[in-house]
Amino acid sequence: MVFEGRVWKFGDAINTDLMMPGAEVLAQPGLSDKEAAKHCMSANRPGWAAQVKEGDIIIAGRNWGCGSSRPAARLFKALGISVIVADSMSRLFFRNAINIGLPVLICPGCSAAFAEGDQARIDISSGEVRNLFSGLVCQGEALPEDSPPAQILRAGGLKNLMQMEKGE
Amino acid sequence: MGMTMAEKILAEHAGRNEVKAGEYVWARIDGTALTLSAVRRLEEYGIKKVFDPNLVYAVEDHFAPPPTVGAANNMVAMREAVKKYGIRNFFEYGRHGVLHEIFPQYGYVSPGDLIVSVDSHSTSYGCFNVASCPINEEAPYVLAKGQLWFRVPPSIKFVLNGRYPGPEKFVVGKDIILYIAAKYGTDIGLYKSVEFTGPVVREMSMDSRFTIANMGVEIGAKFAIFPCDEKTLKFLEGKMRRPARPVAADADAIYENIYSLDVTELPPYVACPHDPGNGVPVMEVEARRVKIDQAFIGSCTNGRIEDFRMAARILKGRKVHPEVRLIATPASQLIWHQCLREGIWEILAEAGALVTHSTCGACFGGHLGLLGDGEVCISATNRNFQGRQGSPKAFVYLANPATVAASAVVGYITDPRKFL
Repeated sequence: MVFEGRVWKFGDAINTDLMMPGAEVLAQPGLSDKEAAKHCMSANRPGWAAQVKEGDIIIAGRNWGCGSSRPAARLFKALGISVIVADSMSRLFFRNAINIGLPVLICPGCSAAFAEGDQARIDISSGEVRNLFSGLVCQGEALPEDSPPAQILRAGGLKNLMQMEKGE
Repeated sequence: MGMTMAEKILAEHAGRNEVKAGEYVWARIDGTALTLSAVRRLEEYGIKKVFDPNLVYAVEDHFAPPPTVGAANNMVAMREAVKKYGIRNFFEYGRHGVLHEIFPQYGYVSPGDLIVSVDSHSTSYGCFNVASCPINEEAPYVLAKGQLWFRVPPSIKFVLNGRYPGPEKFVVGKDIILYIAAKYGTDIGLYKSVEFTGPVVREMSMDSRFTIANMGVEIGAKFAIFPCDEKTLKFLEGKMRRPARPVAADADAIYENIYSLDVTELPPYVACPHDPGNGVPVMEVEARRVKIDQAFIGSCTNGRIEDFRMAARILKGRKVHPEVRLIATPASQLIWHQCLREGIWEILAEAGALVTHSTCGACFGGHLGLLGDGEVCISATNRNFQGRQGSPKAFVYLANPATVAASAVVGYITDPRKFL
C-alpha cells in the first residue's frame, strides 16, 4: 500500500479529546462521522477540518492519539486522510485505525523530516516514509505481513475480515 | 526464560507455555462490557449472538441518566440489546456506577484474568493483578468471538520505595501517578505493560492502587499491573465469580527498564493545564495564587471511599468558599450509599457542596458540571486536556481529593497539609 499526498503537521501528545471533542461530539449522539469530523481539532486548530482534502496525509510527533478510547480514527477517515504517520502513537489510536482500515505507521523521527505542505510518499508495506520535496527518507515500523493487524488492514478493517471469515 | 506478569497472563489465555514481547497472539478473554457505542455496532456488524451472555456486562455510565433525548434513545436501544442478546448482568440507573468500579465490586474480575472493555480507563483492573486494557473499534468482534489479537507488550517496572505518606498525610496514589507522569513523561509506558511493585505498594490501599492503575493509560500503558497480595484477595473475597489465579513475575523476567523511586518526601502533586504530565508540587501552584471557580471530586479515578473520607476530614465544620462550587460525583452508587452511611454526604452538604449521583458526566465534558470560557477548575479526575471538561477556553488542574477539598475552602489552589 503506497500513498502520496500533501502533508499536515501536528505536534506531540495530540489527544483524542482534541480530535473528537466530548461536548460537541460525544454528547450529541446520532452525529454521522462526517458531521462529527467538522469538530476535529476545533480547540487547538480551529478551521483545520474544513481545509483537509481527500488524500491528504498527517505527519505527527510523539504519542499521537493519547487519552480516551473514543473512536477518533473514524473522523480522519471521514475527512479523507489517507494515512497517518507519527513518531509514536497511542495503542488505542493505533488499534482503532487498523480495525477500521485506516492505514497508520509508527516512524520515529518522521516529524523532523517534514514541514507542513510538503509532499509525502508513504509505503505502509515496507515502512518507507519519503519527503518528495527534500528527498529525506525515514524508516517506519512495518507490520509483519502475517500479523493480525496487517491482515486486518489488507481486508480493509475488522468488519470486512469478520465477513470474510463468515464466508469461508 | 522468565516471564513478566503480562506475559504469563497472555500465555495462559493464548493456550501457550510461553510468550515473548513483540509476538502477536490470539487470546481468549474473561469478560467484557457492553457499552453504548458497542450496542450500535453490534447491529452494524450483523452479530446475532454474543460469545457468552454471562461474561458480558452491560453498563452505561457516561450519560447516567440521559441528559438529552438522543442519549435516552440510545438507552432504549441498549435495553433492547440486553434482552435480545440475553445479557445476564445489566445495571439500571440507581444500581449503576462507572464501569471500572462495577467490575470489581460485582466480582467480574479475578487475579490472573484477561479483560478488555470499551473505555480507556479499563487499565484500572490491573490493581487486582489482572491484565486489562481498553479497546474501542474491536468491541463487536470481541462480543461475538470472546477473543482478540494482542501484541505481547514489553514490560517496564516502577518500584515504589520509602515510607508511604498515605491518606493520613494527604499524599496518595494520585500524587504518585501524577509525579511519574511529570518526571518520566506521558509516553513512558507507551504500548507497554507497566508493573508497580515495592514496599509502598504493600502499604497502599486498594483505592490508591486503583487510581494508579486507572491512570496507567495516562502514561500510555497497555496494562498497569500490581502484584496480588492479601489486600487484593480481601477486597475481592466473596465477590469473585472465578477462582483467583494470581501471577507473579519471575525473578529472571525481562524488563525494558526498571525505575525505582522513593516517595517518603513526596508532596501532593498538581498537574497544570493542559496535560496530565504537567505536574508540580502543590506548593509551586499555591505560590501563584491560582483562583478557582469549580472544584470537582469524583470519577473512576478519585470517586472512592478513601477519596471522600479525605475530603470530609477537611470539609467538616468548614464552608466552601463563596465564589467556588464543589461538586462530588462518586464512582458508583455503592460508594454513594457507603458515603451516606458514613455521614460523609452530610458533612459535604453542610459545607455547601453539591453531591451528585454516580456518572462519568463532568469528567469527560458530557454533563453535570461543564466549565465555561475562562473558568478554572481543580479536579480529582484523570485528564486536563484542553476542552476536556467543557470550554476549550477553560483551565483544569488535576490533583488528589484532599487538595481539591482544601482549595474549595480557600478559593485558591492550596496545599491540603495545612488542614492536618
